[in-house]
Order: sequence, then C-alpha cells, then structure tokens
Amino acid sequence: MIDYSDENKILQVEHLKQYFNVGKPDEVKAVDDISFDVYRGETFGLVGESGSGKTTTGRAIIHLYEPTSGKIVFDGQDVSKLRTKQQKKHFRREMQMIFQDPYASLNPRMKVKDIVAEGIDINHLAKDDADRSKQVEDLLETVGLNRDHSSRYPHEFSGGQRQRIGIARALAVQPQFIIADEPISALDVSIQAQVVNLLKKLQRERNLTYLFIAHDLSMVKYISDRIGVMHYGRMLEIATSDEIYAHPLHDYTASLLSAVPVPDPEYERARTQIPYDASQEFDGKDRKLVEIAPHHWIRASEDEIPIYKKRLTEPSRLQK
Amino acid sequence: MADNAKHISAGDFKPISAEDRGNLDSEKISAPSLTFLQDSWRRFRKNKAAMIALIILIILFILAFGSNLFETHAPNATNPNLANLPPKIPGIDINGFNGTLDQSGQRINAYAQAHAGSKYFILGTDYLGRDLFSRILYGTRISLTIALVASFFDLAVGVVYGVISGWIGGWVDTFMQRIIEILLSIPNLVVIILLMVILKPGMESIIIAIALTSWINMARLIRAQTLELKNQEFVLAARTLGESSIKIGFKHLLPNLSSIIIINLMFTIPTAIFFEAFLSYIGIGVSAPQASLGTLINDGQKNFQFLPYQMWYPAIVLSLLMIAFNILGDGMRDAFDPKSRE
Amino acid sequence: MENANDILEVRNLKINFKTYAGTVKAIRDISFDLRKGETLAIVGESGSGKSVTTRSIMGLNAENAVIDGGTIMYKDQDLLKKTRKQMDQIRGRDIAEIFQDPMTSLDPTMKIGKQIAEPLIIHKGMKREKAYAQALEMMKLVGIDNAKERINDYPHQFSGGMRQRIVIAIALVNYPEILIADEPTTALDVTIQAQILDLMKELQAKTNTSIIFITHDLGVVAGMADRVAVMYAGKIVEYGTVDEIFYNPKHPYTWGLLNSMPTMDTSGTELPSIPGTPPDLLDPPKGDAFAARNQYALEIDTKQQPPFFKVSDTHYAATWLLDPRAPKVTPPDPIIERQKHYAQLTHEAIDKSRGKHIEEQEEQL
Repeated sequence: MIDYSDENKILQVEHLKQYFNVGKPDEVKAVDDISFDVYRGETFGLVGESGSGKTTTGRAIIHLYEPTSGKIVFDGQDVSKLRTKQQKKHFRREMQMIFQDPYASLNPRMKVKDIVAEGIDINHLAKDDADRSKQVEDLLETVGLNRDHSSRYPHEFSGGQRQRIGIARALAVQPQFIIADEPISALDVSIQAQVVNLLKKLQRERNLTYLFIAHDLSMVKYISDRIGVMHYGRMLEIATSDEIYAHPLHDYTASLLSAVPVPDPEYERARTQIPYDASQEFDGKDRKLVEIAPHHWIRASEDEIPIYKKRLTEPSRLQK
Repeated sequence: MADNAKHISAGDFKPISAEDRGNLDSEKISAPSLTFLQDSWRRFRKNKAAMIALIILIILFILAFGSNLFETHAPNATNPNLANLPPKIPGIDINGFNGTLDQSGQRINAYAQAHAGSKYFILGTDYLGRDLFSRILYGTRISLTIALVASFFDLAVGVVYGVISGWIGGWVDTFMQRIIEILLSIPNLVVIILLMVILKPGMESIIIAIALTSWINMARLIRAQTLELKNQEFVLAARTLGESSIKIGFKHLLPNLSSIIIINLMFTIPTAIFFEAFLSYIGIGVSAPQASLGTLINDGQKNFQFLPYQMWYPAIVLSLLMIAFNILGDGMRDAFDPKSRE
Repeated sequence: MENANDILEVRNLKINFKTYAGTVKAIRDISFDLRKGETLAIVGESGSGKSVTTRSIMGLNAENAVIDGGTIMYKDQDLLKKTRKQMDQIRGRDIAEIFQDPMTSLDPTMKIGKQIAEPLIIHKGMKREKAYAQALEMMKLVGIDNAKERINDYPHQFSGGMRQRIVIAIALVNYPEILIADEPTTALDVTIQAQILDLMKELQAKTNTSIIFITHDLGVVAGMADRVAVMYAGKIVEYGTVDEIFYNPKHPYTWGLLNSMPTMDTSGTELPSIPGTPPDLLDPPKGDAFAARNQYALEIDTKQQPPFFKVSDTHYAATWLLDPRAPKVTPPDPIIERQKHYAQLTHEAIDKSRGKHIEEQEEQL
C-alpha cells in the first residue's frame, strides 16, 4: 500500500545526535546516532520507555532543538540549512506537532478560536475575520467538536476534547507531516480510540504522514505501518508492525512486547514476561543498524547477524 | 428492584429515534464560561479580609491624592500659637476628641488656653502648630507615591529583565543573573547614604535607591516562571507554528505571568513604603518641612509621653497601609493561584 | 449480598462536590463489597468517581465534598462517622493506599528507611531498632536489592519502578487489611509495570490483604482482579467476577471499553470507539447517563435510570437491555467472540464439577 521507494521518502534522519549540556559533567546523550526514513503517507511508530529519547527525536526533527550532529532531510531539504524567513515559514507549515499533555499544550489564557487560529494568523491564511472564524469552526467540526465551542477557554474541556483542539491547531496550516508525541497516553481508554480514529481518518482524507511517538505498544501496533524501537537514545530495531510482532528479533523488543497487558484474563494468568538485561547493549561491541530482511533493521554487531538471521526463521517467542 | 415498573410502557423499549439522539448532545458543557479574571474575581470576592483591605486602600488613595480637597489646613503652615493642640472634633465630647488635655491630673481645654477661637484640628497640631490631619494625608500621599514608583520599576524593569533573561537563556541569562547578584550584595542603606553625598535628602534619592534594587525580586521570580513556561507545550506549539519571540512574549508569556506579577507587586509595595518611612524616620529621607509618615512618627515620638496622639495617628495610618497591602496581596494570591494555598 | 467474608461494605454512597457553578454529583448511589484476600478492580474513566470512592474510604476527600448519604462499614464501624483523628488511626494501620505518582507520595527529604519504619513507630509504638529491622525485611520483600546498604538512601536515588516498590513497602509494612491502589502503575513503563503487578500479586498471596485496584487499563485489570466493578458517571454500571466481565459483559459501556482497546491482533480501518464525552455531573442526565453515547440506547434510557438486573449470583448489570421487554440486540462482533469463549469456559467448568461430584459420590459409596 505504501510506496517504499527512495523517491517516496518524505523524511530522512541520518546519524542524528542530540546531546544536552555538552561538555558539562551532566552531559546527556538523549539521542545517540539514530537513522531512519519515513515514507510519504505512512505512519511510523516510535516506541520506547521513558528516557529512551523518543520525544527528543521528535522535537529535534521539528527543529525545536539544534541537533548536536547529523542531518534531517525533509522533503528533499536539509532542515538545519533553512536560511530565509520564507523557507522557515514553509517548513513550519509543512510539518506540525501534536503534543502529549492535553492540559499543558493549550494556553489557558486564550480562547479556543485564538488557539486554533494561531497558525492561520502567523501565515495570514484568512482573508478577514469572518473567514478566520469560519476556518476555525470548520476545523472544530473536523475534529468532532461543536462550532460554538470556539469562544470557550481550554479549562472547560475534557482531556480528549482538548487533545482534539490541539489537533485542529496543527491542521490549521494544512501540513503534510505530523509528529504526534504520545497524543493519547494521557487520555482515557474510550477517548484514546476516538483520537486514534480521528488521526486515521485525517490521514486518509488529507494524505498525511505521521511520526507517532508512544509507549503503548498495542495502540502503536494498530496505528503504525512501521515501528522503530528505541532504548537509551539508540534505535534497536525497525520493521513493519506485523513483522515486529511476528519476529521480535531484539531481546529488548521481545521483552517490551511481552510486558503489554492484554484485556483477556486467561492470557494474563498464563503470562510469562521475557526478561531483558540492558547491559548487553554496553559490552563495547561495535553495532550498527543492519537490514537483516527486507525492511527489517536491527542494531547488531557482525557476529550477532547470524544469530538474528536464525531467529527470523524461528516461531515468535511471544505467547499466543 | 423495579419499583417504577408500572410507569413504564412497552413502547419505551424501542430503540431511541434518530431525532431524540440528536437532542442528546454528547459533547455538552454545562458550566458557565468564565474568563480567568472573572474566575479570580469570584474567588477574591469570597475573601472578606482582602475585600476590606481593598476598600481601605481605595479610601486611603482617594483621601491622599485628593488631599487638596480634604485637608482642613495647609500642611506646612506653621502657627506657634496653636502648637501641640489635641484633636478636637466639634460636637463630640469624648476625652481625646474634645480638645481637652490631661495636665497634672486635671483636664484643661487646650483650645481655650491657646485662644484658638472657633478653629479646630480634628487630629490636633504638632509642635509648630501644623495641622496633623493634613500632614498625615500629605505623608500618606508620599507613601503611596513611593508605592507607585516601586510598582513602575517592578513592571518596567523587573518584568522585562526577568522575561528576557529567562527566555533567551544561555550565557545571556548567566550574565544577567550575575548583575542581579552584584546589585543584591550592596545594602540599600549604603546606596542611599552614598547618594546623600551627591544629592540632598529627599524624594529623588529615595526613588533612585528604589529604582536600583526594588525590581530584583520581581526579575528573579519572573525569570524562574519564564524558564518553566518556555518548556510548556503550548509555547513549543507556538514555536512549531513559527511564532516570533516577541509575539510569544506578549501572547503566551505575559498573560500567564500576570498573576505572579500582580501578586509580587502587592508584596513589593509595602516593602517600599516601609523603606521610605524608615529613611524619613532616621532623618535621611524626606526632609522638613515636608511631611512623611516617617518624619511624623519621628516628631511624634519626642512628645509621646505627654501628647501621644502625635505619634499614634501617623503610626496607625502606616500600619494600616502595610497590613492592607499584605492582606490584599494574600487575597490576590489565593484568587489568582488557588493551588498555592495547599 | 451480606457475606461473612466481607471486610468492607459500601452501601448507597452518595457524594457531592460544592463548586461555584453548582453541585457536582460525583458519586451517585454506589454499593459494593470487598472480600477478605480478594482484589476488586474499579474500572472507569477519569471523572467516573473511582478515585472519589476510595478517597471516601480513606477519609481523604477534599474540603468541598459533601457526603449525601450512605455507609462504609469496616469491621462493624461506619468509616463515614469517624472523626479525623480516628481516621488517622485507621489509615496506615488497617487501610493503606498507594498512589499513581511514586515521586510525590514519598518525602524527598527523608531517608527511605525512616519512611518505611515510621508507620510502625507511630501506629504500633514499636521501638526504633525493631521498626528498622522490619523496614529492612519489607524492603527485601518488595525486591529492593542491597536493602541493607540502601536503607539510608533518599527517594531521588531510586528509579521510578524502585520508588513505587518503596511506596508499596510503606503501605504494607503494617500488614493492613485493605490496600487501595489508585492507578499504581500508570506512571510507569510497561516492563516496570509488569514487575510491580507481579510483586503486588505475590505480596497479596503472602499477606492475604484485600486490594481495591483502581485503573482505567483493562489489560491490567485482566491480570490483577478477582472481581471487577465498572463505573460510569458516578455509578457502578456492571459488576461481576473478572471472567464474567471480560467474557460475558452485558452493559454496552463495558462492551465499548473492551472494544476500544486494540489488542496485538486488532487491525482494520477503524477502532470501535465510544463516541462523545462522559456527561457533565453538574447536570447529570435524567435517565441512563450513558444513553447519549450508547448506540443501543432505548427510549426508556432517556426517562429512567436502569436498575441492576441479575445475570448470575455474582454478576449484575444496570442496563435496560436486560429487561425482558427490551428488544434483543446483537453486541459487537468481538464481544460475541468473547461470549462464545465464555460459554465454552462455563461448559468446561460444569463438566469438571460434575465429574468431581461423581467422583465424590463414588468415594462415599
């Protein structure tokens, strides 16, 4: 369905490093040399536990941080080489972000209509006030809110409604690429499904590309075409979502998948968690991402490749 | 279990019609829409002490700045004949307000002794015969002027300094914070005594001293808050939309800093008022013949044993000012920032 | 419903919150029991009243909370009638609670050994050395490595998962009768969550503590609970054993909840979801609070609140769909799958018990 040819790459992340407090004793290597591509029209899921660097990766891609080193190419252009105001504005319109915390991501002192219209105002997308109001109300309707909600303040809405306001704000500038940074982790289960459905619907209607950052594996599996697993700032494994579940090659991936709670009491009673020892990542061996099967990448050293190749042919280690 | 079974007809057990479904708004919001200010005012109104403080301050402001209308006599006009007269309010015959004095066990009519005729001074006169009420009004005006000046520097310097320092961050922030630390390390009293060498004692030197240091606390608080706001997702969202720094400052930072600004202002003001009163009291502030609450208290204490009213009234007004501002500040904090109470 | 095994009985509890905009009816008449040694999961969305319920049991509700009626009976005493001082005694000794965020429930300036030992010193009047020895035991029990060396560490020196273990140690050090766990793993990563849940089960087996487990994550419920109560808009809408709720759910809200959670096998363009938002409890709907979001809603749902209908001795659901006069509805496909599985399960169980019965008879003969 997704065209995985080189021409269809919308985003290329190459050897991205994002360190904080460089040179100081509290230096943090939040993202440590990761590379991956995202293709037009797909949803790329980025999973990892807290501190894995997944949020930092997203923020570095949208250029909220200046990368320590590495290259981010969006739509054929190196993001850190955007010089003119026009280029920057264009980039800001093409790539947008949905944030994690529905309570912190909306300015509490602004009305919903001004929040949603922020991008419209910056880019002068509205002819006049009436056009601006109409655009805002249409957007609210698109995300399933009432038109008359536009004159209310964020605190009057529930978490799920706020998250939809955040989505409307991102959509206002008609982007092609949206980074969704744990957009559902703060929401209730029944509301999570609503937001995910909305994101999927918008993707179909507007041909959007998503980078979906999350720690909830079952939801990521459902929404993503491909998944990248991060741990300690490194990318450990990338594969299509069916493949990563069928053949979790990396021990960390297998451990993560085996820990996901399933709403099925019998399954839960029989649960066995696959343990993972993180020290194996720090044995000093030189590892890099290797494409071990088509579209299945794994961070491995030379001598580990045969082991992983063998694993590919074995049945899944996960409980059925 | 089903007590109400008799009220239910079989027709009730059919799936709900599309029309009825439309009436069930599943995105309904019932609470009335309140803006931030309305919501704060609602909480503030419930705080009785703060409301009283606010009313007292409004009255004091009107009296002080309209003192030309209210003063019964010129505040600096001396009249040695009418010196040290006790308070007298016509029609009130209570000791302390009827113009009588307790002299060696006997109550005497001071006004008659001084041949004051029909003149009366509602809070009495000082040792030069100046009307105490008018002088207190005048002194209050100076205190409130100082309050306004301190607020001005808090806002114009403190807020701007703090926002810039916090928003830009990095070495700029470090540099700006070092400046603040240096300023803080110089005691205020030393600054004012040094200023005395250049300027004569008076409002100018007090204002300069306040200008130098009063905004520092505000700048620090605002910087800390800006550092926090800067990483809030709504500010990040504005940045990903390409909003300029200036606009982020006005649209996102200032509105969210406003409560901190107002609250801190309410605590800067009494400090500044007290600072001025203290300087005037020890004689390096506002100088004679001008009146300030500090000089009035200083004058009054000399006669405190015999004419206690000369110190009591200015002291009461000063205390009232300080307490009212503090209570108002507390009330505003609770109103703007209800979480801080827990 | 009265049961000798019950350790806690909540009856007709109603709690309102007074706010500027009016009275929020947070708990609208709920009743449930907690049995000795079981785990009761209370499932619901934010605002459904699950946390308010447990805070009422702990006597920790906010100042503007008004108890509008009901009783909470613990050991023949009504906890709602206790003074603050009496509740302080009961808390920590008989009933303990662990919260969502392990960082805020620990005192950052106090060594963890002291934090674990303190309840013993306060509630049991234990000597310092003895209390610390028991604290050390507890630390080992909750799986803190090098407990002896770490007893004098501060909370910030531990990772999130370890902190939650410490919180559990503090809660359990007095061997309370009831442990209330309010979303204890929501702030943790999945691998850590799995460890903490295993730890809780293990400790429960050892101490026979009854647990009230509050969560919105049905996956966690499936693994932890013996019985489940589903809450919606301040009411319990369905309760039963974990198998009954997961394999034979009757309330459309439970259907919606179960459906909207994707499993690793879910695919398709749209995830079944519950439309809309929970009702505003400032002005609760007249009939069934779920009607506006319920695709199976009946006319009567808009007029009258449904009573509880009995499904089995342990399983009740408050939905008019169970009324004999209601039309037969077909639940969503995944629910039918679950119900088929349930039919299988009960058949096996019946066969088994029958087999057992015959064996017993033979033995007697």
